[in-house]
Amino acid sequence: MSVPVRVRNLEKTFGRYPALKGVSLDVEAGELVALLGPSGSGKTTLLRAIAGLEQPDAGQVLFGDIDANTLSLRERRIGFVFQQYALFRHMRVIDNIAFGLRARPRSSRPSEAAIKSKVLELLHLVQLDGLEARYPAQLSGGQRQRVALARALAIEPRVLLLDEPFGALDARVRKDLRKWLRELHQRTGHTTLFVTHDQDEAFELADRIAILDQGRIEQVGTAAEILERPATPFIDSFIEGIARREAQARDRTKPHVVASR
Amino acid sequence: MAMSDRFLPLSHHPERATSETAPTKAVLIAVAGLFLGAILFFPLVTVFIEALRKGWGTLFGTFADPDTLAAIRLTLLVAAIAVPFNAAVGLAASWAIAKFEFRGKNLLLTLIDLPFSISPVISGLVYVLLFGAQGWLGPWLDQHNIHIIFAVPGIVLATVLVTFPFVARELIPLMQSQGTSEEEAALMLGASGWYTFLKVTLPNVKWALLYGVLLCNARAMGEFGAVSVVSGHIRGLTNTMPLHIEILYNDYNFVGAFAVASLLAGLALVTLLAKTFLEWRFAGELAATSRRH
Ligand SMILES: Nc1ncnc2c1ncn2[C@@H]1O[C@H](COP(=O)(O)OP(=O)(O)OP(=O)(O)O)[C@@H](O)[C@H]1O
Ligand SMILES: [Mg+2]
Repeated sequence: MSVPVRVRNLEKTFGRYPALKGVSLDVEAGELVALLGPSGSGKTTLLRAIAGLEQPDAGQVLFGDIDANTLSLRERRIGFVFQQYALFRHMRVIDNIAFGLRARPRSSRPSEAAIKSKVLELLHLVQLDGLEARYPAQLSGGQRQRVALARALAIEPRVLLLDEPFGALDARVRKDLRKWLRELHQRTGHTTLFVTHDQDEAFELADRIAILDQGRIEQVGTAAEILERPATPFIDSFIEGIARREAQARDRTKPHVVASR
Repeated sequence: MAMSDRFLPLSHHPERATSETAPTKAVLIAVAGLFLGAILFFPLVTVFIEALRKGWGTLFGTFADPDTLAAIRLTLLVAAIAVPFNAAVGLAASWAIAKFEFRGKNLLLTLIDLPFSISPVISGLVYVLLFGAQGWLGPWLDQHNIHIIFAVPGIVLATVLVTFPFVARELIPLMQSQGTSEEEAALMLGASGWYTFLKVTLPNVKWALLYGVLLCNARAMGEFGAVSVVSGHIRGLTNTMPLHIEILYNDYNFVGAFAVASLLAGLALVTLLAKTFLEWRFAGELAATSRRH
């Protein structure tokens, strides 16, 4: 059900400001890739271009081997989670999650009973049982984020795009949700690209990490690859904090080794 | 206790938002109350008292007069056309302005405000210049036997022009503050543009839309200046309620004038009451969907 996403030489300019300068990136089917980069590096723009919310000036996006340009937003079947949730504020949680199913043309729309049971199942998946009658304004930030995720999952997406899913949450909640998202991904296996500017989050969560700076992908690789062989001086300094913490963690296990020498 | 209250030092009242002393406050409230009473309430009451000066019989007699009935019918007809039209066009214009980027957007915004900033008399005159016997299109219209000026179409046009901003002005700031993220979310979930508009955009602005429609309606029924220019004041044919009131008054038919005026004022009061009731009834929902005023 999940498909790989292939981004080829994507370019996007706002006015005269180039936000993406020839970005290429492959996300394999079922893979969890983190898009890491400083503020303004073009992460959101890349995600929106893949989703089809932004029309790129040049380049190509492929889902499997289908050119995204030939697909409508509906046909792309992308689960998109926005940085600021973008929940429908006038709808209860249950109606938010059901939206994508009810919006289908009559021929492919499930019955109300089927929709309801599907929504309750999703609520259980995101651990929000019992909150279906609340309005978004009556939820905490972390709960809203999970509703947004459940809403995106309801359309059985082929690709999940998450824009700083935990950006607005405090450190504790972030850590919890991080673990939870990892487990969720292992269970559901969606091709997932998620944006973050938090190095720890990227290195802990992702199969691979793509580091973006000033509209260019600087390096793509696993956490170990990037830590061992940073491709550019920018990456070297960007991951400095993580490298230091990794080293400290290693040091803590070292005395034993040192003593035996 | 109430007397000694005002002599207490202010520090004993940390909950006060301002530092006015009690006498100052009392004076300010009294002035505001007197002013509102003198300028708004008293004249309004006078309208109803004057209407009843010669008793209920004369009052009802006025409403039996065919010219008065025709004026009431015309006013309701004009409002019934102008208000839905302005609601629909205002909604569409606000939607375009708030949710899309296009050239000439600022020009459009200025145009929407124009009827508020120019005198209604000028709004009326514009139509006379366009469609009047001496106007640009006058001869052509005359040939085809189409009557706009001194006829109902002109009155409707003038009312539409003058009352256009009400709905749009109510909606644009709200829609702009709400942004486009919910619409984008709906599209990503596979909704069509029309479904998104009906299920996401419209419910988010329904109260502002209702306010705009109520205000638009109040003004549409009460408009005098622009309508006066294009109407021609033909009794029983092109007189709306405000124009009819003036005619009755100039005829020294004071009871009649005040009778129609009290009906018009009554319609306005009903509108205000409806607005207040809705505000009270749906306070919670309003807070959830609108920006904080
Ligand atoms: N609609 C737009 N109009 C003009 N410039 C834009 C627009 N959207 C993005 N940009 C510019 O493009 C660049 C990349 O923006 P983008 O939102 O993709 O950054 P980001 O990596 O997501 O940053 P952040 O981590 O702060 O969210 C920025 O310099 C931004 O100013
Ligand atoms: Mg961003």
